[in-house]
Amino acid sequence: MRHALKEIALPVFAIAAALLLFGIFVWFAGVSPLEVWVILFKGAFGDWFSWQNTLQRAAPLMLTALCVAIPARAGLVIIGGEGALVLGGLAAAALPYALPLPANLVGTLALCVAGAVAGAAWIALAGWLRQYRGINETISSLLLAYIAIGLFKHLVEGVLRDPASLNKPATRSIADGLGIGGIGGSDVHWGLVIGIVACLVSGLWLRATASGFSVRVVGGNPRTAQLVGLPASGLILAACGIGGACAGVAGAVEVAAVHTNANASLIAGYGYAGILVSFIARHNPVAVIPVAILFGGFGAAGSLLQRRLGLPDASVLVLQGMAFVLILASEGLRMIDWKTLLKNRMPRAVQPRMTKEAT
Amino acid sequence: MTADQWIALVAGIVGGALRVGAPFLFVSLGECLTEKSGRINLGLEGVLVLSAMAAFGGSWLTGSAWLGVLIGGAAGALLALLHGLLCSLDRVNDVATGIALMLFGTGLAFYLGKPLIQPQAPQLPAIPLGDWSDNPVIRSALQVNSLVPVGIALAVFLWWGFARTRAGLLVRMAGDSANATRALGYSVAGLRIAATTAGGFIAGLGGASLTLFYPGSWNEGISSGQGLIAVALVIFARWSPLRCIGAALLFGGAGAIGPALQSIGVGWGYHLFNTVPYVLTLVILVLTCKPGSVAVGSPGELSSTR
Repeated sequence: MRHALKEIALPVFAIAAALLLFGIFVWFAGVSPLEVWVILFKGAFGDWFSWQNTLQRAAPLMLTALCVAIPARAGLVIIGGEGALVLGGLAAAALPYALPLPANLVGTLALCVAGAVAGAAWIALAGWLRQYRGINETISSLLLAYIAIGLFKHLVEGVLRDPASLNKPATRSIADGLGIGGIGGSDVHWGLVIGIVACLVSGLWLRATASGFSVRVVGGNPRTAQLVGLPASGLILAACGIGGACAGVAGAVEVAAVHTNANASLIAGYGYAGILVSFIARHNPVAVIPVAILFGGFGAAGSLLQRRLGLPDASVLVLQGMAFVLILASEGLRMIDWKTLLKNRMPRAVQPRMTKEAT
Repeated sequence: MTADQWIALVAGIVGGALRVGAPFLFVSLGECLTEKSGRINLGLEGVLVLSAMAAFGGSWLTGSAWLGVLIGGAAGALLALLHGLLCSLDRVNDVATGIALMLFGTGLAFYLGKPLIQPQAPQLPAIPLGDWSDNPVIRSALQVNSLVPVGIALAVFLWWGFARTRAGLLVRMAGDSANATRALGYSVAGLRIAATTAGGFIAGLGGASLTLFYPGSWNEGISSGQGLIAVALVIFARWSPLRCIGAALLFGGAGAIGPALQSIGVGWGYHLFNTVPYVLTLVILVLTCKPGSVAVGSPGELSSTR
């Protein structure tokens, strides 16, 4: 219980400090910090409209965060989620070119599966390069992300381009029946449910199943894994594949629910933000859910800050940057034993006493 | 294709390599210095964008492009100093901190740079390398950024410094064995913070060359990921400052193939040519890495090569 309290208290303090710092920052621009805080809250969680905006942004963040979190539990630092997302979206948008899909739930599922397969292949490639060629996965996944974005642009502006998209190259829009709609008539699409379910299921998988535990052993102590004969390479590839599939589904959902086709606005940095969400959730898939909602909220509040107070739209980037930096830095304070630190500030004469416990 | 088109293509690629390669050269030298000390700085993307803004603003306010360059470098050094300090804390991951600083640096630059989108700042002078030729295409393509010689001198200086000076040896020692550094009574964290900060200053010069020479204005799309890809460049150069020059020219040249082809009317494969450097880096990694061993020439303490 105390442990859990400490787990939550540190990030909460860090976010409070970031908000304070941001208040001072906008104060220099001649804006009242109090007003900024109120509007930030209103824009993110104030009413149903802001909640919809927040949750809509949180959905892809959850999935791209899983693309970091699951491989991280197997001991890999993957930072190429952006590439898996982009290719997932491309695969989903390209599937109707190749296959006549039924315009119903089956077709939508097929789009998501296409996205998942593309994303899984891309991240599993980074895992394969590490296990079988000895290439660091952080670097290779970053390179693969750039290659994926190049491929995406090449195909979207080339063979897959819809001739009707003049100014902004895009693929043909998917059929109406294939799109993912809102939940109960709201703007929040079913991608949020996919994201939350993916987080919960992968959390359960890592925590409660034998294969999930094996993945954690491989990540926690490769020597032990080798000693007990776990198939490390297979498990690492599986973790990468599952993580990549999540990011690929994020791309497919963005295409099916938001853009209706694949265009350059798919490359919106969700992959990079997902890295930070995962690190802040300490690679715990269940903790990814609240962190993603929080940072979705920051993003949603940005436009309100711009409209109401005339602050530049980049101000929310500054706030996010501050929050990320401070939360990551607070990791460094985790191991400090505050109680002894405070006690030792005032040196006191210690009276040796003989009690029953002391013996 | 006619002879004129061929000349235009070659001049475009060579000129582009020198123009586009300049920021690559500085970020790769900055990252090289940082990584030699045993730390990776993915936040150089933030450093690059922030220093690009600061250099442009400095040049605009002071009226001197060279003062702008200094201000850009200083801004880059400050952000890198923050990275160095944060990473010295226990249990703070340098990859994640780098990405957080990338967000913070670009956010700060966009926020503070809003009033700089309209004005024109004094630009750095160009060195006309193409004066020997009568061909106007070559003459205009070979207008070289005056920071390029600075960068080349810096690369040679770093190479000499790593090999011959006490400070260079200390940086390399912090990168190769933290225990040896401690045993000799030096502070590992202090050395790494110093190297990261200096690396940030060098990368900041790259930002300055973006806004003060090519493309020569401040906007929010000024960097196309040069800072992030510095990590790949350094691997490509196998942690040698001298090889960084070649790597930067190659990356710049590969980035210039697309626009050069477009200028003579070939539009196909523009984005594919842009990915050539990344594919090339990956291929080199595949060829040089072996499972169970670290990359050749890499600092032993580097988290990204183990």
